[in-house]
Amino acid sequence: MTTSEDTPVLQPGHTYNSITEQISNIPLTRVRKISRGWWVGAFLAFLGTMLLFYAITYLFIQGVGIWGINVPVGWGFAIVNFVWWIGIGHAGTLISAILLLFRQEWRTSINRFAEAMTLFAVANASLFPILHLGRPWLFYYLIPYPNTLGLWPQFRSPLAWDLFAILTYLTVSLLFWFMGLVPDLATMRDRATNKWIRLIYGILALGWRNSARHWHHYQSVYLLMAALATPLVVSVHSIVSVDFAYGVIPGWHSTIFPLYFVAGAVFSGFAMVLTLMIPLRKALHMEDFITARHLDNMAKIMLSVGLVVAYGYMMENFWGWFGDNPYERAITIDRYVGAYAPLYWGLLFCNVIAPQILWFKKVRTNGPILFVIALLVNIGMWLERFIIVVQSLSKDFLPSSWHLFTPTIWDIATFAGTIGLFLMLVFLFVRVLPAISIFELRELVHHKSAESAGTETAKNTVAD
Amino acid sequence: MEKDSTEIFGILARFPDPETLIVASRRATEAGYCNLDAYTPFPVAGLADAMRLKPSKLPLAVLAGGIIGGALGYFMQYYAAAIDMPLNIGGRPLNSWPAFIPIAFEVTILLAALGGILGLFVVTRFPQPYHPVFNVKDFQKHGSQDGFYLGIEASDPKFDLTQTRKFLENLGAILVSEIEA
Repeated sequence: MTTSEDTPVLQPGHTYNSITEQISNIPLTRVRKISRGWWVGAFLAFLGTMLLFYAITYLFIQGVGIWGINVPVGWGFAIVNFVWWIGIGHAGTLISAILLLFRQEWRTSINRFAEAMTLFAVANASLFPILHLGRPWLFYYLIPYPNTLGLWPQFRSPLAWDLFAILTYLTVSLLFWFMGLVPDLATMRDRATNKWIRLIYGILALGWRNSARHWHHYQSVYLLMAALATPLVVSVHSIVSVDFAYGVIPGWHSTIFPLYFVAGAVFSGFAMVLTLMIPLRKALHMEDFITARHLDNMAKIMLSVGLVVAYGYMMENFWGWFGDNPYERAITIDRYVGAYAPLYWGLLFCNVIAPQILWFKKVRTNGPILFVIALLVNIGMWLERFIIVVQSLSKDFLPSSWHLFTPTIWDIATFAGTIGLFLMLVFLFVRVLPAISIFELRELVHHKSAESAGTETAKNTVAD
Repeated sequence: MEKDSTEIFGILARFPDPETLIVASRRATEAGYCNLDAYTPFPVAGLADAMRLKPSKLPLAVLAGGIIGGALGYFMQYYAAAIDMPLNIGGRPLNSWPAFIPIAFEVTILLAALGGILGLFVVTRFPQPYHPVFNVKDFQKHGSQDGFYLGIEASDPKFDLTQTRKFLENLGAILVSEIEA
């Protein structure tokens, strides 16, 4: 494997100070000096967020009847969006936890951002199971608590597992993210000049003083958190997949689902990281930290995971034809030629055909083309979930109960709204917190200078 | 602001780079200082060894959290399905353990992670709004950015204001300051 030695994970010439300054200056920019691009982007995202609130309010007033769902297709956009968002979150955990365990040092400049993306995506995802309830105010029935009904949730149901999986995932991701943030918050505290900003960062930094004794414990817990997050992330999407696979609906009842869902989640997650990262590294002038090497590596992971997803599609088709179940066969044929066929062919194009261009290194290191591919994969993965949820439900067993699903304006508004909320949170995040882990980059500088000590002058010159 | 020797928390020495700091920490530990702490803007490999820190016990907190979580998670489901609300559905076993694994697993991970974080809060005594080391101006400016410090605290039995200061200067410190308590 040529891991492109020509493009390093960190452009040479950086010192502890230059890194600290460049990254921490972004959140510390004075309000008046914030670029127009940020204001425009944040404003559009804000409109999207308002659209979401509007759609949710109307939903709570009117009930789920405002959506396009009907009797066989009880799970419309809400569950499609739920699976899509939670899948996007998985890349963040993969980058921060799994790549940490594998000691991939290129993860350092993207993990903070990817973890933040995980949190925002999972927050969006966890809205949908509540919104799609007929009586959303009774969502707490899922939680085991002592109640006067004398009832317990059905712990044998994947839907109850879902609650535990998602709450655990959200909590552990948040803790992991915040833990990584504390040393950088201390840096922000020490660099902030405004008294109030300093106070806020100071409170959040908990009094971190970079003590070697603290680092000692910190690192051991951080590594263990990564080791815990790794199986967790696999379990979360496996559980999401058995929400489907436990059902007897043709198109759902398949053992390939957990693998196929986890791979799909990582695939879409990396696509989303790339979709956000490529414009952001330009906008924030982060090309020194997020180099072509990062794009290259992420594209490679996307390509390889994409192949696993393609294998999932292949197996679905294989069992459709080879298995002796007429309903499975009917649903497979319906995918090719039925009402939703354009979406099925569209997802095959977006998820299987388009990513093959990533075999070329020129493409993997080219921001704009990679951005387009990543966007296509995002769309393709959404279509995939749409096909799984809607197409499978729309044609189950008896032709008399078949019914197609057509989204209403409220379905679209809710989905567009969550994209707005997601982007809004991303805009706020890069505005108020260091988007790249500063202390881990310092570690990288030290590492690099120790590597090249002797040939180059050590970069750890102390500026006064 | 009074310059009284009883109000000194310790002495803080700044070193030019992590390598010098590691050597200095090792020397200080070998010289018999035990109430000392290094401050580095990123975790420096080898520093813990140089300071002869014992391996962190926090993995035990994670383990304890995990075991408690797994047991609780499983027992909750067992209690619900087999004791409190036993439902006979076609004679299927009440304690259907394979179906209880996912939730038991999730609760294991949750409590293990919480155990680790909680342990970290206990060990580091965070949140800690005040610490004397921040009284050193140079530390405030460089401590979380590019400064590598070694602090020897006045509570150390070997501590002596002039002796310790000289000792640190000889180790290659570029700046030695007193930490006001």
